[in-house]
This record gives sequence, C-alpha cells and structure tokens, in this order.
Amino acid sequence: MSTTKIIKYQLQDVFRSKWVWAYALFFFAVTEALFQFGGDGDRVITSMMNVVLLVIPLISIVLGAMYLYNSREYIELLLCQPVKRSSLFFGLFSGVTVPLSVAFTVGVAVPFLMRGSEIGSILFLVITGILLTVIFVAMAFGLALSFEDRIKGLGIALILWLFFTVIYDGIILLIIYSFSDYPLQQPVIILSMLNPVDLGRILLLLNYDISALMGFTGAVFQRFFGSLAGQSISITAMLLWLAIPFWLGRRAFLRRNF
Amino acid sequence: MITVKQLKKRFAKLEALKGVDVSFEPGEVTAVLGPNGAGKTTLIKSILGLVRPDSGIITFDGKELNGDYTYRERIGYMPQQARYPENLTVKEILEMIRDLRNYPEVQDEELITMFNLQSEMNKPFKTLSGGNKQKMSAVLAFLFCPDVLFLDEPTAGLDPIASSKLKDKIITEKKKGKTIILTSHIMSEIQELADKVVYLLEGNLHFVTTVDSLLDDTGQPNLERALASKLEGVAA
Amino acid sequence: MGIPPNYLIPSITELPKTQGVNTMKVLINIILMGAVLAFLPGLAAADGEITVGERSFTSLSEAVSYASDGDTVWVDGGEHTDTPLLIEHEIALIGLNNPVIDAQHQGEVIRVNANNVLIEGFTITGSESSHIRDNAAIRFDRVTDGIVRNNILDDNFFGIYLARAHRTQVLDNKLTAYGTREATSANGIHAWYTNDLLIRGNTIKGHRDGIYLEYVEDSEILRNEAEGNIRYGLHFMFSNDCVYNGNTFRNNGAGTAVMYSENVDMHYNLFLDNWGSSSYGMLLKDMRDSRITHNQFIRNTAAIRIDGSSRMEVENNRFRENGWAIRILANSPDNHFTKNDFINNAFDVATNSRRAYSTFDKNYWSHYSGYDLDGDGYGDVPYRPVRLFSLIVEQNSTALILLRSIFIDLLDIAERVVPVLTPETLIDENPLMKEVNR
Repeated sequence: MSTTKIIKYQLQDVFRSKWVWAYALFFFAVTEALFQFGGDGDRVITSMMNVVLLVIPLISIVLGAMYLYNSREYIELLLCQPVKRSSLFFGLFSGVTVPLSVAFTVGVAVPFLMRGSEIGSILFLVITGILLTVIFVAMAFGLALSFEDRIKGLGIALILWLFFTVIYDGIILLIIYSFSDYPLQQPVIILSMLNPVDLGRILLLLNYDISALMGFTGAVFQRFFGSLAGQSISITAMLLWLAIPFWLGRRAFLRRNF
Repeated sequence: MITVKQLKKRFAKLEALKGVDVSFEPGEVTAVLGPNGAGKTTLIKSILGLVRPDSGIITFDGKELNGDYTYRERIGYMPQQARYPENLTVKEILEMIRDLRNYPEVQDEELITMFNLQSEMNKPFKTLSGGNKQKMSAVLAFLFCPDVLFLDEPTAGLDPIASSKLKDKIITEKKKGKTIILTSHIMSEIQELADKVVYLLEGNLHFVTTVDSLLDDTGQPNLERALASKLEGVAA
Repeated sequence: MGIPPNYLIPSITELPKTQGVNTMKVLINIILMGAVLAFLPGLAAADGEITVGERSFTSLSEAVSYASDGDTVWVDGGEHTDTPLLIEHEIALIGLNNPVIDAQHQGEVIRVNANNVLIEGFTITGSESSHIRDNAAIRFDRVTDGIVRNNILDDNFFGIYLARAHRTQVLDNKLTAYGTREATSANGIHAWYTNDLLIRGNTIKGHRDGIYLEYVEDSEILRNEAEGNIRYGLHFMFSNDCVYNGNTFRNNGAGTAVMYSENVDMHYNLFLDNWGSSSYGMLLKDMRDSRITHNQFIRNTAAIRIDGSSRMEVENNRFRENGWAIRILANSPDNHFTKNDFINNAFDVATNSRRAYSTFDKNYWSHYSGYDLDGDGYGDVPYRPVRLFSLIVEQNSTALILLRSIFIDLLDIAERVVPVLTPETLIDENPLMKEVNR
C-alpha cells in the first residue's frame, strides 16, 4: 500500500526535474542524428547499441548514487512517518529507475516511430537499456548506502562503471591471449555472464547484429547463445544481476542507521 | 510514555550510547542536552527507529519496539533541517504525508494559519525560504495531533514572531498532555519550555532533573548558569 | 549426329552460343513441331497411355526400346516403375500431364546412352542412395547434345548426372532432395569432363551440392537457384572459361566454393544467408584471372573468402551485413577491389598478414567516417578497412565474443591512429562518399 503511494509521489517529483527531460532529449538527439547521417533503422539500432552500453550504466550509477545521497534528510523524514523501510526503499528505487527508463525509451522510440518503424524492431534495445538502468541504479544504491562519504561513493561508482564497460573486456582479452592453448569458449561465456554490460551486449548482438557471432566459430558460441537454453541462461543471468544488487541494497537499507 | 532501558549503540569507532536509562512522560517537555557527540541524536534516532540499537529496550506506551513501524503514527517529528521532494508544492507535500498516514480524521491545521502559510501552498518546495521550510516542518509535526513530539532545534531559522508562536503552540500541546522531547542550543528557550532536563555526556546519562530543581539547587538566575555550575560542581 | 532432331524447339535466345544452330533450322523445327502437335493422338488419351508414332504401349521401357532415332515417345500421365529406363536411340521422351517415373529407390532411373536425347515434362523420383554407385535420376554418359527440360526431380540421390556429355542443356528443372547428411546425399546437377554446357533456370534444394562441376569448360550457368543444400550451393573445380550469371545461392551449408579454375566470369549473382562456422558466400580457392562483378552478398558469414587466388577483379559488388565482407589470405596477390559497396559488415576486410598484396580503390565503406571537403566524391582521408580486432579474431577466434565491446572499439581507434599491427598499406586511398551499386 504505502509502497505505491511513495512511488506515486516520487514520480510526481522526479518527472518535474530537468534532468529527466535532458536525459530523454539526449537519447532523442543521438537517435535522430544517427537517422540523419546514417539512414536506415537497422544501422541506427546497431549504432545505438554502443551508446546504450556506455551511457546508460554511467548515468544510472552516478545519478542513482547522487540521488540517494541527496535524499538523506528526506529519507529520515519519511522514516519517521508510519512507513515500512522496505516500502520506502522500493519507492526510492522506482523513483530513479522508472523515470530513467521512461526517458530513455521515449528518447529512443520517438525517432523510430516518427519514421513508421514498428516498436517490435527496437524492443530488445529498449529492454536491454531498461535492464542495465535497473542494474546500475541498484549498484548505485548499494554504494551510496555503504559509503557515508559521497565523494568516495561517487568515485567508486565511476570506477565500477569503467570496470564493467571497459576494463573487464580488457581482462577477458588478456585471459584469451594468455591461455590461448586451452579450450576457452566455455570459460569465456561464463566470464561474460559475470558482467551485465557484456551480457547486454551479447543479447543485443544476438538480436540485431548476429553477423559475426552466429556465423563464426560456431560450435560453442552458436550452440550456447543460439539455443533456447542459452538464451534463457543469459536472461536468467541478467535477472540475477538485477536481483542481487537490489537485494543487497535493500538489506543495507533495512539495517542501516540513519 | 517512552522508557529507555540500558540502551547501547556503537558505531564503527564510536561508542555513542553506553547503556542509557531514561523516560519521557506525558504532559512534560523534556529537553535532551549534552555536548556534541554525547549521544543525543543517537538516543532520539533510536526512539524514532532511524537507528538500530545494539542492545537495550525501548518501550512506547508500554509496548516494546520490535521493528513494527505503526507506533510512528503517534509521533510528530520536526527535524533540524527538513528536505522534501524539491519539485512538489507545499500542498502536495502535505497531501503526501496525509496520504501516507491514511488521512487521519483529526487534523490540526492551526499552525498553517498562525504562520500565514496559505500563500505558499502552491510553491514548489525548492523555492521556499529557509524560514518557510522550517515552518512547514513544524506544521507537519503538529498536523496529526500526535501523542509524542520530537522537536529538533525547532526555532532555528525562524523569525521572532514565528518562533514565539511556535513556542506558544508547544506549551498548548504540553498542557493537552502530549509527551514532548526537545533539543536546542538556546538555553533560554529550554528554560522557557522544558520541565525536565536529560543531560548526556560521552554516551552516558549524566543527570536527569527538573528545570526548577536545577535552578533551586544551584541558586543561579538562569538555566545556562545553573547548568554551568552543576557541570563544574560535578567535574570538581 | 550433326542434324538436330525435329523435336528440338529451343528459342533462339535459349541456345548456347557454342551450339552453332542457325536460325533457319530453328524455324523449320518449330513448324515441324507444330505439325506433330496438331496430329497428336494422346492429348485426350487415357491415363498412362504411351505412344510412339501410331503405336501404343503399356510399358514405358518397351516403348523406349521400340523407338528408333528421330522418334518421339509420348507419355500421358501415369506412374511408371519399369526402371532403370535405358535410352539407346536419339529420341525425344516427352511427358504430358505430369507422368511419374519412379525407381522406388532401386538403382538409377533413366540412363541415356545416345546423343541428341530430349527428356521433358516428367516427374522423376527414387534413385537409390548408395556409397558405391552414382545413381541418378537422369544420367548422360559419354553422349552429347542432350536436353533435359521442365522436369521435376524429387527425392533422388544424384539429380542430373553428366559424364563427358558435351553440349548438354539442363533447363528449368526443379530438383528437390531431402538428405540431412553429406554422406548419404549427392549432388543436384553433377557434371564431369563435360564442355559447352548450358545450365539455366533450375531450382535445386536439399542436395549435397546444388550444382557440381568438375573439369567443365566453356559452359554457362545462368539464373539457377540453389537453396538449402547440405554442402555447397555451387561447387566447381578445374573448370575454366565458364560464365555464372544471375544465379541465387541461398542458405546453403557452406555457401559456394569456386576452386582451381581460371578465366571465370561471375556476374549478377546473389549470395544470401550462407551462415555457419565454416560457411561463406563464396570461397575462392586457387583461382586465377577471373571477374566477379555486380554480385550481391547479403548476410553471409564471410561474403568472399580468398585463399591462394590471384588476379581476380572484384568490381561493383555489394556486400551487406556479412560477418566478414572479404577474408583474404596473404597467399592471394594482385587482386583488385574497386567500386564495391561495403555496408554494415561486422568486418570489412580481414587478412592474416601485415603486408598487403591486393589493392582496394574507390570503394564505398559504410564504416568510413571521413569527410569530402573538396567535393570530388572521394573522402579526403584514406580508409583502412582492416580492424585490429579482426586480426585478433583471426588469431584467436574466442575473442569474437568481445565484438562491439567498448574496450575493443578503443583498441581499434588507437590502432587506426598509429597502425602497429594491421597492414599499413592495405588502404583505400579514394573511399567513395556514396554507394555505387544501389
């Protein structure tokens, strides 16, 4: 009960903030620009892939952390009302993820819909974007609840972002080169599941740019990611990525001294 | 109304409360005093449920606090510095808190008129002046006629007129039998409002006494001097 | 031998240039054919009626062995199982109302042992799958100038088998097989030591290789469709001086393989959806002096893989959404790529060497991000189609899982600024700003 109430007022507040619209405008501008330069929808989607994989984690983790840091007094205030802590946590969480997801979706979808594309064509891009938003906001909440010092918290947020979007793949490449004498496809698949950005990238590749992944070194990759089981496992891994930080954040929130 | 027994709380490096026993009674204004880091905030936050104590028992109207949040329906809290969702208007924030409290039938809107807040109703929270934010906080604390009021530096940032109106309100509520817990740096304000003083020092309860007996015992003309002489006496 | 039989009625344009039939003869043929049709006794005949001239037969094999040079065997419907059917004379075997010849998976169906034989209008089915014998629906063995036209070849081991069968024409047949493994299925149209072929307008599905040519010269393969064959849509070896125009190769196991031949022309073909771990639109293996122009390569794992081939002219082709547009090995010198469109391929060009032995000039690259400030239609900065990542993948295929990773993009950008590992000289100096082959 009180969860929905809190979400309602959170959304009422956040949707009046400028940053939500700036965020939507950003995605609109990038998508629109890609249409202007590139042309057809498929190409825009593949170009948007990298934008989604880079920008969404960054904004979600930084904004999520800042939001929680800035809401400290507000949280205290609400906790003095007859409100369950878990309701408040969920309310705050939705208060960031829902506006970010909506802004992203609208920003990307409008240029496509204006050109008469079906919403189905960008469905996977949107779903992946939303999943990444939720995952990185959950991480941000965990960070902001674990580190009292907001400079420290934001610093770690940036490092985490850099780690997941760039450094992690560097490590994978290093491993691939260091152990090139061994059969590595399976370990590499597992490794890539341990990074939500990689997971998102592979899910997008499978749905939009199968050109190389599917055709090529077939055996394990193709059998794994191409199969229903593989797809289910990837999606399950993604959902775990969503559930675990959320659960940890919630636990920290419930136990925390404000 | 509220009793605290052997309350202990330790933060990473700091032992904030080392076993505090104290009680707050209806019809009384109790001032919680002490230097910075003495444990005032931790004590109050423990009662409000913001801080999870390590050990000890807190009872509220005879019932032990055990994680159930509904007792807070009977609490009004006025923080030192209030922050609400920035883009919501005063009206919307009032509506939100009413909604969260399931629209109690009895509501006390006296302070809204006392503070002349009607003209501010449609302004977003972020555009309010510091004083008006504080007034809003006060309105919300008293709005639901709670049995217990926590007032954290209630007059800080208020102009003299508003400040004295708020004090009047506090006294009125006390007379109605409310339990009022107050912190303030202004000793004259405490002398004016409080019946009892709870003094914390380094996580321990240093002393509890009534304002009157404190003044009598020390023979000082005001609370500030009385406290000073009492503390020096203890130290000596 | 030299005189075309009177049942031959190809249109002028259908005739392969090597056949050397003049217009007058063709006209005579058409008139004669019209006369035959006018007195046709079997048009309204009972099901399964077989006639040769005035005579009727109940057995197809009897009719065929009765017929002598120049005769036409008319078969009106029915199912005929007296196989193998041996054709020993220069006859026409024409089916009306879709007669079926069924070997019931015993041996072969029709074997032609005479020149100038026409087979038209039949459904031919049931040649036996075998590890020892090349059982075919129709086999021409050491005979020339045959025509196989408008037949349906269903569920056969080999479809049409040509061995030393010069000047044969295979026109507008539909071949379908249902094999699942290479070992138990055979080729749709199979030709061996045969010159001056015309293979045109056939559809081949589900065979091992759609069209297989070995030691075939001076032949034309036009407007065929090979789809869903287990191995290659088109497979030829040691076959010089052939022309492949307007064919479609779709979704074949390993694409098409073009090997050990020279002076080959491949134009206006479509290579589509040839996906798989070792699949390609077209594999060029040990090819020389050939021309590949105006083809479209769409969604193939590797559009063209070039191994040990040289002096290929690759011009005006369109490469779209392939894993690799061009995979060229260092053993392939002096190939020229010009006026091609490279659009949205995961990799435009991959190679295994730091040196470039082939040239790219005036192509359109969708990944090119330079500008054309002087407005001459060519980008002002050269384009390097080889990405560092393609090199990494070439060495270590597992790395492919990092495709489109931001880390990899950063690596590529760094490499583009300061090429350390990718071939410095593999450059398109004049990248086009607009597509040329829309």
